[in-house]
Amino acid sequence: MALLGLGRLTPAHHQAISVSVATGAYALSFGALSVAAGLDLWQTMALSLLVFSGGSQFAFVGVIGAGGSVAVAAATSTFLGVRNGFYGVALAPVVRPWHGPRAWWGTQVTIDESTAVALAQPEGDREARQAAFWWTGVGVYVLWNAITVAGALLGQRVGDPAAWGLDAAAAAAFLALVWPRLANRRSLTVAVVASAIALGLTPFSPAGVPIMVAAVVAVVAGWPSPRAGIRARAAGAAS
Amino acid sequence: MTHYAWTWVAIVGAGVAMWAVKAVGHRVPEHALDNPRLVRIASLVTVTLLTALAAIQTLTSGNRLEVDARVPAIVVAGLLLWRKAPFIVVVAAAAGVAAGMRALGWG
Repeated sequence: MALLGLGRLTPAHHQAISVSVATGAYALSFGALSVAAGLDLWQTMALSLLVFSGGSQFAFVGVIGAGGSVAVAAATSTFLGVRNGFYGVALAPVVRPWHGPRAWWGTQVTIDESTAVALAQPEGDREARQAAFWWTGVGVYVLWNAITVAGALLGQRVGDPAAWGLDAAAAAAFLALVWPRLANRRSLTVAVVASAIALGLTPFSPAGVPIMVAAVVAVVAGWPSPRAGIRARAAGAAS
Repeated sequence: MTHYAWTWVAIVGAGVAMWAVKAVGHRVPEHALDNPRLVRIASLVTVTLLTALAAIQTLTSGNRLEVDARVPAIVVAGLLLWRKAPFIVVVAAAAGVAAGMRALGWG
């Protein structure tokens, strides 16, 4: 048991593995869509290996599939990925300092899921946060790329991951991760307003944008200095 | 150049651009991160990121809002979380509810 280390898997590891599987399964849809849009196997694989940001990859092949230019595809992909730039700031207390190959890999696996699972761990537990970041980041990277190949090869014959309830699994995973943070009214309000905005924007904006705009709620709520009375509760929110 | 070659240029270009975007955040200078306002906002961004992901994953399909088997699945997940069930149980139960309902032809 010690050899595999399974006996020492912490909650952070369990969360990382669940999120990796639920997210990685969606690469089946991506691989199939990419080939249907006219890209070949190697191009499909290159997108998952190099771009590695789900929303951006779906948008890239969506633009190509709709007959758009490759320049528009690349620009849309990059625009949707801007939120990944903010994650590096939020992850600074978790991952810094880092150098060499760690920094290269860590940068590449800085995505929605690795950031979310890392920051969902208790604020003071740097070890759990680091484990969550690396296990989720590398876990999603490995599965996403392997399953992309399967999707591209199987093409239209692939089943829908939704039939297995994996879409609901991913939703439940994110709810479970945010759950401990909803204990105080301030965070709960922020959560409700943010999800209303994200849902309200979905019909009118490309994937990824609603998540970015929802973050504005955090900026508005976090901007004023908390008054002494609610400072204690705000500190409670952070744990 | 052929369209095929330009497609490759776009793919590699999109990959390099994405890496650069990710790298920018990791290179924000250390002293800028000590700001208490930034710390407060970063903590709340975690809440908005997670809830927006959960809401979108539950209630949207592509660009459409959609109510289907994921809604009862997330309700079950919420009940289990309230009963302090372990993470993996919550996730597995949600998948089971959604898959089961779809197998029966509901949503």
